[in-house]
Amino acid sequence: MANQIRELTCIRCPMGCQIQVTLNEEKEVVNITGNTCPRGAEYAAAEVTHPMRTVTSTVKVIGGELPVVSVKTAGDIPKDGIMACMAAINQVQVKAPVHIGDVLLENAAGLGADLVATRDVEAI
Amino acid sequence: MNTRMTRQIVVIGGGPAGLAAAAAAKKNGAEDVLILERDRVLGGILNQCIHNGFGLHTFQEELTGPEYAARFIRIVEEQQIPYLLSTIVVDLARLENGRIAVSVMNRSEGLFVIEAEAVILAMGCRERPRGALNIPGYRPAGIFTAGTAQRFVNIEGKMPGREVVILGSGDIGLIMARRMTLEGAKVKVVAELMPYSGGLKRNIVQCLNDYGIPLKLSHTVVDIKGKDRVEAVTIAEVGPDRRPIPGTEEEYTCDTLLLSCGLIPENELTGKLGADLSPVTSGPVVNESLETSIPGVYACGNVLHVHDLVDYVSEEASEAGARAAEYVSGKDCAAGEPCAIRAVDGVRYTVPAVLRIGKMRERQVIRFRVGEVFRDAEVVIELDGKSYRSVRKKIMAPGEMEQVILPKKDLEEIKPSVITIRIRTNM
Repeated sequence: MANQIRELTCIRCPMGCQIQVTLNEEKEVVNITGNTCPRGAEYAAAEVTHPMRTVTSTVKVIGGELPVVSVKTAGDIPKDGIMACMAAINQVQVKAPVHIGDVLLENAAGLGADLVATRDVEAI
Repeated sequence: MNTRMTRQIVVIGGGPAGLAAAAAAKKNGAEDVLILERDRVLGGILNQCIHNGFGLHTFQEELTGPEYAARFIRIVEEQQIPYLLSTIVVDLARLENGRIAVSVMNRSEGLFVIEAEAVILAMGCRERPRGALNIPGYRPAGIFTAGTAQRFVNIEGKMPGREVVILGSGDIGLIMARRMTLEGAKVKVVAELMPYSGGLKRNIVQCLNDYGIPLKLSHTVVDIKGKDRVEAVTIAEVGPDRRPIPGTEEEYTCDTLLLSCGLIPENELTGKLGADLSPVTSGPVVNESLETSIPGVYACGNVLHVHDLVDYVSEEASEAGARAAEYVSGKDCAAGEPCAIRAVDGVRYTVPAVLRIGKMRERQVIRFRVGEVFRDAEVVIELDGKSYRSVRKKIMAPGEMEQVILPKKDLEEIKPSVITIRIRTNM
């Protein structure tokens, strides 16, 4: 297999540089072009080798003033784990009251980050 | 209508702008501050913005909307600033004594009037609805503004639909493309009338590209099919005149159309008060103190001009709060002659639009937006027609707010009567 070239848009600043990253057969970065600053190269290298995202969603609340509470992963998870993370989030139900920062699911979908509440929902 | 109370400062709106303004007013010595909020909770639109990316400037960490709101709500609670919830302001009028009569209504007190020495307008903005877009076709169920859909999903826990087309690439539309996808919907396409996106680059990448959702620039909706419920939407390419090009129509079957076609500052009250409004921003015209043309009435946040980052809203609102506190303290210094700021050649508007040099801070921030995408251009500042300074920018886009900073000491020296801000492109 030959080298592989990945195209991406840098999001580190409003410039939005189109960056090309060349990967070798071992998926290692061998060349980065199109960036106009070092931050762009840093972003591109991380993005093609191990892209990470924070997932935010909602979880069903029983007996609360609202039917759902907003949640987030307390750290980034691998981008290709987002849908597995959502599947795990959708299994969770909590009883009110829920408070900001409460851990609602430990190590969500085994991806290395806890699921925490991002707002208060009081009981009714 | 008999109840009549007096307050030093009344803040209209308990969203990010109102909270920061009230906190800053109190911190700067105003004892008697009251926040009026229409919703049943404080926090405003942040409550439904459950995604992260807020607070990088203010708190040096990445927070979700509700978490960002909670930080400011805690500050307001700690300062023991009173607030009324589920309370709406129905009228504003200037009294002969220079104070502002704030007509207020809620379920427990009915209609009452608060006489305020100063008022801070922080009512936010509204989404441009279908009626303002002239989209042909039937009027079936299934057409929502992106923000309405966001409220349904994130607060009420209900999905507005399963197969979605989005018109407009404003940030809320992009955020909702991702949100609906995560909840199992199929977002087929985002169509944008303009040749550039109205949203932040980061949202294009993380909300569309991450999920393989196509963004069609220079495209618009030309037909909506379905009588009771949306059944399909027809999208066509538009030419440079923004009119659909015949023969480019494509039909997308879907049950939902989301609209993310711009935000409009909500200034019915400001208009009733008689304050000057800008035809460009739809917000009030303000001076360096964020004071409107009515003395003692200040404006901040999205009611003044639409922001893309809440951090800048908080910063601007804190300044409005501090200025209102100075106003009610009576320690007002001499303002000096007003100097107009003219926005020309690609600069759509500036906030503030008027500077009184005597009242400026040491470093005055002038925020503005450009009307099109500029690459390798300069922001040129002229004082009385003479070039004063220029700032080179690699890129400027309508979706991202820009700013320049004017030092007070230079203006004190030159005493210009007109400041011009323009974009110079390289030939």
